[in-house]
Amino acid sequence: MTEPTSLTLAQARDALRNKTLSATELTKAYVSAMEKGRALNAYVTETPEKALAMAKESDARLANGTAGPLEGLPLGIKDLYATKGIHTQACSHILDGFKPNYESTVTSQLWRDGAVMLGKLNMDEFAMGSSNESSFYGPVVSPWLPPKRDAEWARTALAGDKKGLLVPGGSSGGSASAVSARMCIGATASDTGGSIRQPAAFTGTVGIKPTYGRCSRWGMVAFASSLDQAGPIARTVRDCAIMLRSMAGHDPKDTTSVDAPVPDYEAALGRSLKGKTIGIPREYRIEGMSPEIEKLWDNGVEWLRDAGAKIVDISLPHTKTALPAYYIVAPAEASSNLARYDGVRYGLRMPGKDIAEMYEKTRRAGFGAEVRRRIMIGTYVLSAGYYDAYYVRAQKIRTLIKRDFEQAYASGVDAILTPATPSAAFGIGEKGSADPVEMYLNDVFTVTVNMAGLPGIAVPGGRSAEGLPLGLQLIGRPFDEETLFSVAHAIEQAAGQVDLPQAWWNV
Amino acid sequence: MSVDQATVRRIAHLARIAVTEEEVPHLQGELNAMLAFVEELSAVNVDGVEPMTSVIPMKMKMRTDVVTDQAGADIIVANAPVSEDHFFVVPKVVE
Repeated sequence: MTEPTSLTLAQARDALRNKTLSATELTKAYVSAMEKGRALNAYVTETPEKALAMAKESDARLANGTAGPLEGLPLGIKDLYATKGIHTQACSHILDGFKPNYESTVTSQLWRDGAVMLGKLNMDEFAMGSSNESSFYGPVVSPWLPPKRDAEWARTALAGDKKGLLVPGGSSGGSASAVSARMCIGATASDTGGSIRQPAAFTGTVGIKPTYGRCSRWGMVAFASSLDQAGPIARTVRDCAIMLRSMAGHDPKDTTSVDAPVPDYEAALGRSLKGKTIGIPREYRIEGMSPEIEKLWDNGVEWLRDAGAKIVDISLPHTKTALPAYYIVAPAEASSNLARYDGVRYGLRMPGKDIAEMYEKTRRAGFGAEVRRRIMIGTYVLSAGYYDAYYVRAQKIRTLIKRDFEQAYASGVDAILTPATPSAAFGIGEKGSADPVEMYLNDVFTVTVNMAGLPGIAVPGGRSAEGLPLGLQLIGRPFDEETLFSVAHAIEQAAGQVDLPQAWWNV
Repeated sequence: MSVDQATVRRIAHLARIAVTEEEVPHLQGELNAMLAFVEELSAVNVDGVEPMTSVIPMKMKMRTDVVTDQAGADIIVANAPVSEDHFFVVPKVVE
């Protein structure tokens, strides 16, 4: 029999329904994979007892015909989703010991639909990062071997300082690493500037950031509330479609969640692309783009043309302003959201001679360097005298970015094809130590989508010259995730199956 | 625009984050790198453009003004680093 962890989410779902596999067998296989893969540091908390108890209940429901859409499927949960009674810290020290007494809406919907929880996944602290190196719990390692390195070298590096091993991307690095290492069948993730799509692209997995408002943000640790959105990372487009259907939906507890029916996304797969128009934005052909990224993009264009879509060149003139504007809007919202961490109601507290000193010492000790830097920039751009010059101007630019997309869609474009990232995965410790902006450039193709509130999906599109996964991004109309799934599925079919790395990391 | 060291200290205090004297020059460099990065935005023509307030146009929903969730005092203070008799305890703020 094939190893249960080699099945995709859709295959495992069908095997469970056909009773050729039990939820307990599947969960035990994942619990074992999770334990053997600890050195990758993808999980910050494992909940094997809970997983097996949930699997047992799933088996009962599968037997009596009351199984839900995700019945018995073992998932990893990003550490920023509140999970009742279980470690929830957004991988920050400032939430030290925090165990919420409530469950996030998104995770409660997954459990409602029968999913099994394996544990909490590592991430960049407060989702601020593109390499998962800012986590309080240390960096996550990608299961993909670095170019020209073999398994033996990698095992030695993994036991040592991890230098030279690859990052899984971020901020949902634990999610991407665990999915591509087959340590969960799918994972929740979140995306403020690219945190679902960039790690998916780096690890040969699929990730979708739905339209702003598609998923409830209730019970998710907030970073930048006008940009944050939940979404899944999984092995295939179909797997993401299945997960998103359970995650999405209206929630009265989040006023920005949209009261609209959730379609059966899986049904969109296999729809013909005839009559669909795909836009290719010229501004994404950035200066110094590597030939392998150009080739990836050109291949994507050819595949969609072959599948019957009409390809048109489009212009999104304000593309270049999106990343700098993001680095005003996101830190500003973060400085406001993270003001709640004061050492009084939850988490870490450092003693001080008065309340101001207690706040300052607590926040100094509790936040990591990247988070402190962003809070300070956010505080500065919101401070008296600078608010109009920075914050209001950035919000006006955001209007222009969104208008660019609206004009493209009004001209008949159904979806937009771009590369997901400017490069393949890089090494741990390689970027951003001298200049934070170097790391920020990772999100150059993804951040526009958050600024405009649109849905975006990253799907594997090929390999770099050195054999590392590269991803293509599709950007859709608001609430038209179905078109993204159908077009991404066509790319997936044309690009061929991703051979996930062999488990060199197992102990 | 760029920040001087006094501004770095002022921002840190506004953000309630303690900084040591040794950290100030390094932070100044990082903050100025970010401000240099966003500088290009000043060249964008934003005349007559409305600042974005909601990325997806939607009407603010209203709800009935009633208690919806009564967790109870035990639960409210359960995660507090220091609490006493269902109160959060802080250093003395009034003399």
